[in-house]
Amino acid sequence: MKMILGRFAILAAILGFWEFASGRFMEPYLISTPSKIMTTFWAWLMDGRIFFHAGITALEAVAGFILGAAVGMTLGILLGRAEKLAELLNPFIMGFYSIPKIALAPLFIIWFGIGLEMKILLTATIVFFLVFLNTYTGVRSVSPELVNILRLMGANERHVLRKVVVPSAIVWVFTGLRLSVPYAMIGAIVGEMIAANRGLGYLLSHASAQFNTAGVFAALFAIITLSVLMNTAVGIVAKYAMPWEKAQKKREVSI
Amino acid sequence: MRAVGRICGQLATVKACSGADPIRVGRSYEGVGKSFGALKAVTDINLIVNEGEFITLVGPSGCGKSTLLNMAAGIFAPTEGKVFYRGAPVSAFNRKVGYMTQSDHLLHWRTVAGNIAVPLEIAGMTKAQIRERIAELLDLVGLRGFGDNYPNELSGGMRKRCALARLLAYDPETLLFDEPFAALDAQLRLKMQVEVRRIATQLRKSILFVTHDLDEAVALADRCAIFTSRPGTIREVLDIPLPRDRDLFHLRHNQHYIDLTARLWDEMAPAISAEEH
Repeated sequence: MKMILGRFAILAAILGFWEFASGRFMEPYLISTPSKIMTTFWAWLMDGRIFFHAGITALEAVAGFILGAAVGMTLGILLGRAEKLAELLNPFIMGFYSIPKIALAPLFIIWFGIGLEMKILLTATIVFFLVFLNTYTGVRSVSPELVNILRLMGANERHVLRKVVVPSAIVWVFTGLRLSVPYAMIGAIVGEMIAANRGLGYLLSHASAQFNTAGVFAALFAIITLSVLMNTAVGIVAKYAMPWEKAQKKREVSI
Repeated sequence: MRAVGRICGQLATVKACSGADPIRVGRSYEGVGKSFGALKAVTDINLIVNEGEFITLVGPSGCGKSTLLNMAAGIFAPTEGKVFYRGAPVSAFNRKVGYMTQSDHLLHWRTVAGNIAVPLEIAGMTKAQIRERIAELLDLVGLRGFGDNYPNELSGGMRKRCALARLLAYDPETLLFDEPFAALDAQLRLKMQVEVRRIATQLRKSILFVTHDLDEAVALADRCAIFTSRPGTIREVLDIPLPRDRDLFHLRHNQHYIDLTARLWDEMAPAISAEEH
């Protein structure tokens, strides 16, 4: 409770200083003011604009997220079990991984146009690598001793996959998913900023083009809200998918 | 050098090994050797394991005791000689045996009951059969009432009990233990030793038990095989003439036990001190 009050105090102090400083120390057209931002945000909320644009962005991010995660998980498990194949493909995978995925946007525009598909695929590409690499690591980290113990129990490859490999990879998959949420938003937003007439990214760049600073901040606020919602959703799904983790602190692994 | 190794597993019935060689009752290792690349792990091992026998394996680190267990399980094949199980050469993954290692390898996403269910699910038992068998096993290992707990909610000893229940679930005839209790504290280890001894006798299991603990090696065993350092071979097999239903809590005062551990210590000491250098 004290923690929450403390956080609100910090927030209030920042907003108060911002409001005060604007027009006194800094030009208002550069930083706007919290009150103006709230007014703009409220207006967008009232005319439904924010829901429309946020809905588009959420659709792109979620669809890309699911597509990328599904493919990443499948390939991660597959290559995790097929050591030779993984070794064969390793340089190609690392080569693709090293491309900043955003740099693929122009190519995707040529291939898929400037509609939703382009943003979904861009997002999926980004999410794919994070989930794939985490799943692969998870599958590789399954103890061979444990697999042998199961084999002695009469397990075949399908049993090993279903009872050990997939469940033990899940922790890693969710680590990958959590890391992916902000990146999924990057895919969707950058895609919209490059070429679109709807979505939060469009709202952001449109406000910026008109020097509507309050609008830019309002759009950023909407983006933050959407990201937090998605993070929370992944957290809730993770909790249900991994009931054994309830008390345990999750370790975050970055790559 | 031609090594002839034979791990004799136990036969189910003594009758099964009728013939000129009446000793060969169970699993046998005949002149078994195993090399990993240029490294020779074990060589020239001959050991016959009789039905229902508790054999402990001691020896310096890296002398190939675990290698022997792996060969009995068919996890890998010997490079020399043959390993027989009930008269037939051991092929890949010998399902007549169960394996327990130092790490309990419980599936942390499954409850205790869920963990024990793994081999039963693999065997294709029905839900009702599985539930019944789990209740039986929980009683056997002293975990009644803990079926719904997750492994990370259990103490080290309880995790071992759970692993033991899972091991026993599919009723393997022979149990292979690779220093299963090495990580436990002394009291807990003694308790688990009592459990293993009791269960082995009660269920008439044959057991190969690798350990570094010389007291444990004597306390548990009917026979104790002493390994030399790498490439490991069995130098001697000690008979442990302690009663089958021995009381592990009071062995400290048993003169046989005292003499045997002292003897084992004398056997092992040169190898152990050589290890230092």
